[in-house]
Amino acid sequence: MILGIETSCDETAAALITHDGEIVSNVVASQADLHAKYGGVVPEVASRRHLDLMVPVLEEALVAEPEAIAVTSRPGLIGALLVGVSAAKALAWARRLPLIPVNHLHGHVASLYLRPLDLQPPFTCLLASGGHTMLLDVRDRSGYTVLGTTLDDAAGEAFDKGARLLGLGYPGGREIDALARQGDPSAYDFPIARVPGLDFSFSGLKTALLYTVRELSASELEARRADLAASYQRAIVRALVERLETAGGDRIAVVGGVAANSELRAALPEAALAPLDLCTDNAAMIASAGRYADPVPYPDYLSLDARATA
Amino acid sequence: MVMSLECTTSSPAETEALAARLAGALRAGDVVGVSGELGAGKTTFVRGAARALGVEGPVSSPTFTIGHRYEAPVPVAHLDLYRIAGLDPEEWADLEPYFDGTVAFVEWPEHGGDWLPAARAHVTLTHVDESHRQVSIDSDDDLGL
Repeated sequence: MILGIETSCDETAAALITHDGEIVSNVVASQADLHAKYGGVVPEVASRRHLDLMVPVLEEALVAEPEAIAVTSRPGLIGALLVGVSAAKALAWARRLPLIPVNHLHGHVASLYLRPLDLQPPFTCLLASGGHTMLLDVRDRSGYTVLGTTLDDAAGEAFDKGARLLGLGYPGGREIDALARQGDPSAYDFPIARVPGLDFSFSGLKTALLYTVRELSASELEARRADLAASYQRAIVRALVERLETAGGDRIAVVGGVAANSELRAALPEAALAPLDLCTDNAAMIASAGRYADPVPYPDYLSLDARATA
Repeated sequence: MVMSLECTTSSPAETEALAARLAGALRAGDVVGVSGELGAGKTTFVRGAARALGVEGPVSSPTFTIGHRYEAPVPVAHLDLYRIAGLDPEEWADLEPYFDGTVAFVEWPEHGGDWLPAARAHVTLTHVDESHRQVSIDSDDDLGL
């Protein structure tokens, strides 16, 4: 059994998995309700909230004795990461267990290695979330090579900011996804940024939506909102799919929060997609990555630090 | 207000070039507030300044991640306080490492309240039309721009 702990952003999470990737427990305390209440602004976004939730989440997840503890040590907000890293150190120290520092992005990819999916590399992986958008070449389960990354906004952020411009709620991706079903995706022709190589750019698209919305009166916006959502979503999905096609590779996989988008899932019928409950941040994926990362034996990890950068 | 520079840029490249001029006047420990609506070019401006300070690789938006720190001869921090309604001592403790020895660019600095170190300069970006932005740089110091 491997215990995973994740506190790099908004979710406080702990999970227990078996060595062959069966999820035994998977507990996520999300601040999504708080986000919704404050329109995307969270009053206590950082470490204090993790501190309040860490112990109850661990108590719920620890339904059996782990043999190792995997924890997200980078990248993220240092204070947030430190809550998880400190909890992991304390638990590992008390039980004389090895500690496995995990890169959060490796964790997202490793959501594909959990059962029943149990995906085998090689594959080309799109990692798209609120904070990250990357194209990865995955040759084995211990890591990946970055082929491309966003030059400005992440895809999930483009969804969220687009939702804000359209006067929709939070989380923006889900709101746009739902409204887009009632709209015409070819009503507006939003630009897809052509940047060199395999990188992404979404800030021009966001600005195009802003200027389109600005030219509409309140009643026109009301009438065209679903068309705008559908067209905007189409542009984001096209940009992601085009890049995946350019990158090539026999097998395609998609992970991260944006992998929950229904149009993206429909556009990639052959792709291996992270299960819906493992798209957003969770600790099962961290425990999963922990199986393929280097463990630090007891007691060498007391000086292990969190890192802001990947 | 000792210095106030106002100009209009006609492309992201021009906004980056203007930011590079400001970067030449900055040193470790400086904080720069960057204000402007969605899509006004805040991240573009910070990218231009970060490049001039020696940051390589993508400089992307920190809206979700709240803070990015880039290694360079003088490290560069890029923060977005949009998701923080108002700093208090505990949240300041989370952010303080980003200001340690860096040139720090802070979007939504008004959410920092009294906890944010005093800004050496303040940049405001305003939409003119789809490609043009009005940029103003204000400082209590003569930055020699």
